[in-house]
Amino acid sequence: MMDLRTQFCECFVMPHDHDHPHSHLPSDPALRVRALETLLTDKGLVDPAALDAIIDLYQNKIGPQNGAQVVAKMWCDVNFHRQMIEDPMPRLQEMGLYGRQGEHMVFVENTDEVHNMVVCTLCSCYPWPLLGIPPGWYKSDAYRARAVREPRAVLSEFGVTLPEGKKVRVWDSTAEVRYLVVPQRPAGTQGFSEDDLAALVTRDSMIGTGLAQAPSTLESGA
Amino acid sequence: MNWCGDKPEPAFSEPWHAQVFAITVALNEAGHFEWSSWAARFGATLKAHGLAKELDGGEDYFNAWLETLESFLAETGMAEMGALQHLKTAWTEAYLSTPHGQPVRLAPEA
Repeated sequence: MMDLRTQFCECFVMPHDHDHPHSHLPSDPALRVRALETLLTDKGLVDPAALDAIIDLYQNKIGPQNGAQVVAKMWCDVNFHRQMIEDPMPRLQEMGLYGRQGEHMVFVENTDEVHNMVVCTLCSCYPWPLLGIPPGWYKSDAYRARAVREPRAVLSEFGVTLPEGKKVRVWDSTAEVRYLVVPQRPAGTQGFSEDDLAALVTRDSMIGTGLAQAPSTLESGA
Repeated sequence: MNWCGDKPEPAFSEPWHAQVFAITVALNEAGHFEWSSWAARFGATLKAHGLAKELDGGEDYFNAWLETLESFLAETGMAEMGALQHLKTAWTEAYLSTPHGQPVRLAPEA
């Protein structure tokens, strides 16, 4: 496992035109975090190995591929689909897609009539077990304010144009409830395996700022 | 506005973003605070910072995160500001006195 702490001294390397006799000084916030970790470790409140494990998990292991598997299974399995809409937690626990920030999931499904979109106006609440760590734009003031105020304008900036008359419903995540959008299954995917379908389910399509990809995108290797 | 779309991006763009995230998650899991009270405090900091300028969700987002965690831990007595300042100074001195390329460690008395 990569030890990020030892990288602290190497990752702020800047081009310079003179020799530094000493290590490069990390930024002010990086030093404050260093101080926090040292103090909390000394007090026995955190364990550096546990911190590394948390970072490794979110950096390398958990991501939108988890949510994509669930969506693909919902498209293929009517029974599973019903369970996920009615009460997803038992099945998610079985699948190991349960835990921090995913304790109370609600799946909201796109239809011909409604397009769903998720935001957190408070901070950046997001279903970590299914999507990993949110992208920068999800955490930005611009998205958090505008997703509610002018969702169609935001969608068009993401390249999503909805048919006239299709409703947009915006869901505001909280520390208690996290939403995941179930995009519509693309046309021309009859007979696709769950894995093939999962490859069409993008992160943005599960936030609602995108649609599932058409199968042609996959064939062209994009 | 450029939202970056589905372009792959690292979960954390700086190591300290990952560290402050992990510290917060670890303290929450150990039962030192509820995630909802963390989110409420963090949301308030974001709101306060957002009055001065529009936050981009990157560096300024984690600056707000760190500020929230520091004040939260100072209030609960888990990490006193004075002790943190002392350690920050000690780390700064350690970096400045360690030859480049060698592991940086705190002096034993720090």
